[in-house]
Amino acid sequence: MFDNFPLWPQRASSMAGNVDALFIFLLIVSGLMTLLIFTAIIYFAARYRYRKGVPAEQIEGSIPLELSWSLIPLGVFMVIFAWGAVVYFKGRTPPRDSTEVYVVAKQWMWKLEHAEGQREINELHVPVGRDVKLIMTSQDVIHSFFVPAFRMKQDVLPGRYTVAWFHATKPGTYHLFCAEYCGTQHSGMIGSIVVMEPAQYEAWMSGGTGGPLSATGEKIFAELGCVTCHRSDTQGRGPNLQGVFGKPVQLEDGRMLTADENYVRESILDPGAKVVKGFKPVMPTFQGLVSEEQLNALVAYVKSQSQPGAGVAKANAAVTAPEGAPGKGNQVQ
Amino acid sequence: MATATVPSVERENYLNKHYGVESWLLTTDHKRIALLYLISITFFFFIGGFFALLIRLELLTPASDLVQADTYNKLFTMHGQVMVFFFLIPSIPAVLGNFLIPLMIGAKDLAFPRVNLLSWYLYIIGGIMMVHCMLTGGVDTGWTFYTPFSTAFSNTKVIEAGLAIFVAGFSSILTGLNFVVTIHRMRAPGLTWSRLPLFVWAHYATSIIQILGTPVVAITLVLVVAERSLHLGIFDPKLGGDPLLFQHLFWFYSHPAVYIMILPSMGVVTEIIACFSRKRIFGYSFVALSSIAIAVFGFLVWAHHMFVAGISVYAALIFSLLSYSVAVPSAVKVFNWTATLYKGSIRYDAPMLYAFGFLGLFTMGGLTGLFLAALGVDVHVTDTYFVIAHFHYIMVGGALMGYLGGMHFWWPKISGKLYPEGWARLAALIVFIGFNLTFFPQFILGYLGMPRRYADYSHMPEFQILNVFSTAGSTVLGVGYLLPMIYFLWSMRYGKPAPDNPWNAAGLEWKTPSPPTTYNFEEEPVVTWEAYNYDEIDKGHKEEVHVVG
Repeated sequence: MFDNFPLWPQRASSMAGNVDALFIFLLIVSGLMTLLIFTAIIYFAARYRYRKGVPAEQIEGSIPLELSWSLIPLGVFMVIFAWGAVVYFKGRTPPRDSTEVYVVAKQWMWKLEHAEGQREINELHVPVGRDVKLIMTSQDVIHSFFVPAFRMKQDVLPGRYTVAWFHATKPGTYHLFCAEYCGTQHSGMIGSIVVMEPAQYEAWMSGGTGGPLSATGEKIFAELGCVTCHRSDTQGRGPNLQGVFGKPVQLEDGRMLTADENYVRESILDPGAKVVKGFKPVMPTFQGLVSEEQLNALVAYVKSQSQPGAGVAKANAAVTAPEGAPGKGNQVQ
Repeated sequence: MATATVPSVERENYLNKHYGVESWLLTTDHKRIALLYLISITFFFFIGGFFALLIRLELLTPASDLVQADTYNKLFTMHGQVMVFFFLIPSIPAVLGNFLIPLMIGAKDLAFPRVNLLSWYLYIIGGIMMVHCMLTGGVDTGWTFYTPFSTAFSNTKVIEAGLAIFVAGFSSILTGLNFVVTIHRMRAPGLTWSRLPLFVWAHYATSIIQILGTPVVAITLVLVVAERSLHLGIFDPKLGGDPLLFQHLFWFYSHPAVYIMILPSMGVVTEIIACFSRKRIFGYSFVALSSIAIAVFGFLVWAHHMFVAGISVYAALIFSLLSYSVAVPSAVKVFNWTATLYKGSIRYDAPMLYAFGFLGLFTMGGLTGLFLAALGVDVHVTDTYFVIAHFHYIMVGGALMGYLGGMHFWWPKISGKLYPEGWARLAALIVFIGFNLTFFPQFILGYLGMPRRYADYSHMPEFQILNVFSTAGSTVLGVGYLLPMIYFLWSMRYGKPAPDNPWNAAGLEWKTPSPPTTYNFEEEPVVTWEAYNYDEIDKGHKEEVHVVG
């Protein structure tokens, strides 16, 4: 039992060092402040203890002192704030061209689906040294995807996607926890992240699959009849979906947004909410007709239609999309 | 302690003027209502403490072997709800504030004595509903009631618990309202705002939060009940709602609620430090205004509980920045208390030991708040034991230390009896040591990644040793909390009679008899001195209470 008494968590992602550095800085700053305050209190308490015939000396206060012990801490706080913000921004912005994994959380398990098609439960295999983006949703209550060794945590909500990413730096097996209380077996909603050397990972990957997720999505796209309206030319009753993903979209009501995972998801479940300019709200809802996994596959398919070599040129897209509009789309608002 | 002449025949006072259950249950005397509160919150403190002890015992071993997971979930839920809503929020305001504010400002009672009694009854009705909820199955949502778990998935008594807290909330609102009006309208002649004891300033700031914040959590709980019972789509995405809306509404109250717990404690500690170092508080106006600043800024930081909840990066940046703004007035207070000790004449009686304990624990709680407000670090430590340790350092280390310090300081006034000083010092030491042993290991556990609200950690045996320390500490802490209850009760019967001003302290409350008479002052006092005029008191020429007319 005593050989298993860690005082510092494992460090296995590109973010871990950044978070630890700030944490250590905070330890030093707060350690110094504690030392200063405690030393003063103990010294004063001992030096000025009650002695007969030695009265207390009354001091009203001091504006310079008040200002300095307000403004100096404020300055230190601003450094901590800025540093924390930089680390956070980095942790919340998945790099382009990350490998994508779809995560579906439910009471009380994690379902993980690789873009290449592998499905896993409570275990996620990833290669070392690659950016992995998690596109996550919940089937029921709020959960939270937490990997302490990666210093990464993101709540997983029902009804929308939230996004997280990591870049594993050390092969090994690491804890995956649900960090948001989710009911009776909350503490059983745990798993592991298996970080493998690239060669091992390729071998693991080749071990049987039903084809990439986008191919599954394409099949569903055809089965549900989506393809009859979302045609790959400009004649469809719905927008041509090629080249749409990740690009700005103008809506019928004049608003602009970026076609991200959440927008595609919402358009399937609640098509009338954000209709593309130039189209009529004729699409029926698929709420209740598609599972979370099928939704993920459809999203993966729509995405695949925007990757290089995805068929028809982007110029053909029927979506009104002025050039140069802001295009950051992975943030859940 | 100074010994003054104590009359051999007991004087008429608020305790012995009337006898019988009715004279207590229908009283409008703020001092008697304070005692009613004292008894009721002590009851809830020991219920909440019992749950805490079971939680710690369960976590002694990794497997969930003492209680089942669903029992464990109910235990931490009801520990939180009882301690927050039925102990910490009413603790200092409803007991010490109720007892002392009229005495400190030279008034006969609060502005609305009947409303004061009503607020106790509301608290009791809410409390009975809470106990009924616990006895008929309890609730397992966590004290935070997060949706859609609370509205659509939990099959426990969510509605009962929500309504119990809803009712108790009105007690808190009415107390705040009563204090604000009393402090504005009923100060004795000459008692200007700049002469008010800082305890009164702290309660004024607290009352503002109670009045403005509590209605929001009341509305939020009603919405939870509505969604759960009527399936109105407010928070549940399946019904078209937004689960984050709940978190925004909940924390809009529940973050400022932390200041409802800590501000009165800061007020208590200020009085104690002034008295036991025989000094005017260093930077009086900065300490007074920092209470108001905390109350105001406290309303602008709620979403720092939601940095990984799915809010936008930009919202997170703003809320992180604002969170540091509330840290500044807290730091200002700590520095001013420390400076007050400088060149003082310091005695180490039990209240002062609690005040020192408060300074130590509050400083550590406050500094670890800096870690949580730093966005990049918060992602890792939020929802882990780091958060648990942090808020216990503030809400138990800080608030409860202040409460106990205040109970010792004013016990001679409240009961007319002296508590045993040696035992009291020992208890202060035990609480301090037990507290650190319980909660310090949880900072390390949190950084290691142990999530909160886990009944079972058998897959993570590496967390056990720190949990063993924590559980061991909690038993020490439990002894530390039991001791004062025992010797306070003992002193009521066997304690030496207290003189009117055993600490030779400044403040109008000490110019009344111990215990005070029903209407506090024979004649209306006129204040001609500044707050904390310890130099004048110690020089021997005690100022007289001037009489009007």
